[in-house]
Amino acid sequence: MSEFKKILKKNLWSENQVLVQILGICSTLAVTNRMLNTLIMTLGVSLVTGFSNLTISAIRSLIPRKVRMITQVLVIAFYVIIVDIILRAYVPEVSKALGPYVGLIITNCIIMGRAEAFAQGNPPILSFWDGLTAGLGYMWVLLTLAFIRELLGFGTVFGVKVLPSSFTPWTIMVMPPSAFFVLAVLIWVIRGFIIRSEIKFTGGEKK
Amino acid sequence: MIPDINPFLLFFASIFTSNILLTNFLGMCSFISISRDLSSSNGLGMAVTMVMTITTAVNWIVEKYILKPFGLDYLRYIVYIIVIAAVVQMLEMIIDRISPNLYMVLGIFLPLITVNCAILGVALFMQLRNYGFVQSVFFAFGSGLGWWLAIVLLAAIRKRVDNAPVPAPLKGIGITLITIGIMAMAFMGFAGMIKVQ
Repeated sequence: MSEFKKILKKNLWSENQVLVQILGICSTLAVTNRMLNTLIMTLGVSLVTGFSNLTISAIRSLIPRKVRMITQVLVIAFYVIIVDIILRAYVPEVSKALGPYVGLIITNCIIMGRAEAFAQGNPPILSFWDGLTAGLGYMWVLLTLAFIRELLGFGTVFGVKVLPSSFTPWTIMVMPPSAFFVLAVLIWVIRGFIIRSEIKFTGGEKK
Repeated sequence: MIPDINPFLLFFASIFTSNILLTNFLGMCSFISISRDLSSSNGLGMAVTMVMTITTAVNWIVEKYILKPFGLDYLRYIVYIIVIAAVVQMLEMIIDRISPNLYMVLGIFLPLITVNCAILGVALFMQLRNYGFVQSVFFAFGSGLGWWLAIVLLAAIRKRVDNAPVPAPLKGIGITLITIGIMAMAFMGFAGMIKVQ
């Protein structure tokens, strides 16, 4: 059981895919100016990562090494198509707003990365858990990002107005460059915490 | 319905005003990891431009003559990614035969490109916006050049930033993201020039 807990902690914090490894921001950064879109998109990524890890891990001894990559991509593409169809059926407006980005989950580096780094050498259930938590780690970071961008850019949270109308929305927060700035500041703050706790841990001596 | 946009306009728009990297965030992973080094960024940029143009042309033909007539829309993602993987593989073999020198430059980057979001992204945008064949090729070529331009610029800037005194937690990825943000703002300055969506 502790194995599961260890993976959870690693994926959510100490080896967070976005904050520490800087993977997988390609497809999702573009939709972070609305929280709802971000939530649905990252939920899709988490599910795809989990299930593709499960599948790849289950068939890992059957895949010849030479065609490993393309097999992984095909498995991932299969799950992305399912996610795309579900989104189109149940939340058509969101699906339209996300546009091509749902399809781009296929090339999200996190999914390939987890398949390569974890699912290749671990049993299916554990791999599923690893994929899912990697996705959740990704989700909380991007939701924080989206929260800041939506709050300052539109004055809303999940589309509900929270700031008074006297607040002037920051147009820059809606535009692409702000995603880079906000993510950079987020990484700055969190790395600052990590460095500080390391210094405390080692008794003031730097590594 | 093919939108009424001059291919040349589309070409310049996709380099400057709607740069695939700085406005759509596509191809970020390799962008950040490779831009540490100027000459490899140059090689990767060249490879991306080439693969992007060819795969988009092939995907357009596949979309129009195979997927649409047979009603296989739901297989689009899988088919696109297979086309991209196949073209990359073929290109690798052809370049290896024709020009070993070029292969030395591009060889290591080609396999990476299969999972570059920008390549698949351009193909999906092309399909979503219903571009015609000529428009698609110009759009893909322009996007590739835009990506190339952005990665070379960033690699050059990062070289200078390496020597700058940056706060420890911001070192590496943090300052790079801020640099990219400023670059994106600079590219937004072109926005008044051409308006294409």
